[in-house]
Amino acid sequence: MSTVRIPPVLRENTGGTRSVDVSGRTVAEALDDLFGKHPELRARVTQDGELSPFINVYVNDRDVRYRDGLETALEAGDTIILLPAMAGGAR
Amino acid sequence: MSNEQTPIREVNAAEAVALARDGYRVIDVREQGEWDAGHVAGATLLPLADVPQRIAEVVPDKTAPLLLHCAVGGRSARAAGWLAQMGYTNVVSMKAPIGHWKEQGGTWEEPVQLLTPAQQRRYSRHLLIPEVGQEGQRKLLDAKVLLIGAGGLGSPIGLYLAASGVGTIGFVDDDVVDESNLQRQVLHAADRVGMLKVDSAEMTIRGLNPETKVVKHVERLDAGNVERLIGGYDVIVDGTDNFDTRYVLNDAAVKLGKPVVHGSIYRWDGQITTFVPFEGPCYRCMYPTQPPDELAPACSVAGVLGVLPGIVGMLQANEVFKLLLGVGETLAGRLLMFDAMGTTFDEVRIWRDPACPACGEGVGATPDPDRVAAGA
Repeated sequence: MSTVRIPPVLRENTGGTRSVDVSGRTVAEALDDLFGKHPELRARVTQDGELSPFINVYVNDRDVRYRDGLETALEAGDTIILLPAMAGGAR
Repeated sequence: MSNEQTPIREVNAAEAVALARDGYRVIDVREQGEWDAGHVAGATLLPLADVPQRIAEVVPDKTAPLLLHCAVGGRSARAAGWLAQMGYTNVVSMKAPIGHWKEQGGTWEEPVQLLTPAQQRRYSRHLLIPEVGQEGQRKLLDAKVLLIGAGGLGSPIGLYLAASGVGTIGFVDDDVVDESNLQRQVLHAADRVGMLKVDSAEMTIRGLNPETKVVKHVERLDAGNVERLIGGYDVIVDGTDNFDTRYVLNDAAVKLGKPVVHGSIYRWDGQITTFVPFEGPCYRCMYPTQPPDELAPACSVAGVLGVLPGIVGMLQANEVFKLLLGVGETLAGRLLMFDAMGTTFDEVRIWRDPACPACGEGVGATPDPDRVAAGA
């Protein structure tokens, strides 16, 4: 079991839920489980079956782009962080 | 310490100068203020009251040849007596006015006045911190920091930079104060609604620290003006609200070798990192492709907790101070995430992308050698 942190801009697609427990041996499986529970997220997080270029995925503190991408293996208790680019500031 | 007199060796100024030339280590037991007015070159300051507690740390070797002095020889004689009692075997006290030392050709360093007496009073709490001190405060006073935006993030950052004595603060903002800004934009005030934010910022900062120069750039940062705007500054603070500005700023900052302290806020969440060109990743290393704007709702659309820009802005200001002073560990290579709802911080690592179009391999920009950042 791993935990996915839902970033603030995607919480409208999870009914406000901030983290979701998921199962899966890889990031891809864990995300599939997540999308099963919150189907609207699929279109926000992926594009044509690949990760959206605007969202970084970290397992614990490591960017999966620098590991094995969606095939990055998960261990029990891992935290998956979805991190879309944020821009809010001045106004 | 006992008041019992232990015999000590006292020398006149000529002898003291000769001993120092022979390798005796000079310990000045006067006070900081006396030291600051001029002192023996290469001497170590150890005020009399600190001698019992600190001598073992300053001089671990009890056989080291030591020459103690003060203003005339009274305090140094007492200190020499203490050291003898503590087992130091080669201690000499100069019994002569310090002026005689200079007349005998002893080495002397005239004070370097980094700060005026008024600055010493105003920034006294900084001067007490070893990592700041007079030299660090001088760096802050000489520093130029550009804040992109005089709004939610720019407000607390501007206030604390000014309070702390940052000499020049530039604001890039073409907006006017709106009533809805006042919930978080603490540079502004209810009686300034409709006023240009840069003018309001200047008023507030002038009241807080008249010494800080405020430079007002009444424009929006874009590809056409970015290099002119950031070129004269040491550190850039990014508190903007849209992706266009962030990417334009990133690319220009990488090109000119300027560090950018990045902050973003959304409702209850904030993110902070520091981009130091060619030492750590840049914004494009994180997100190579610019996202569409609908992925970045501004505060005016999404809302933001009033204190959030304060918290995130303070963390950004902390980064600015470390960059200016060249101390500590910045957030370069790390993205810090703050969740106000749970009061938690998370951190992820961000990497330089060798294929980054802005700062990757083969990109020809060179860091600015004059940059104050990172001790450079």
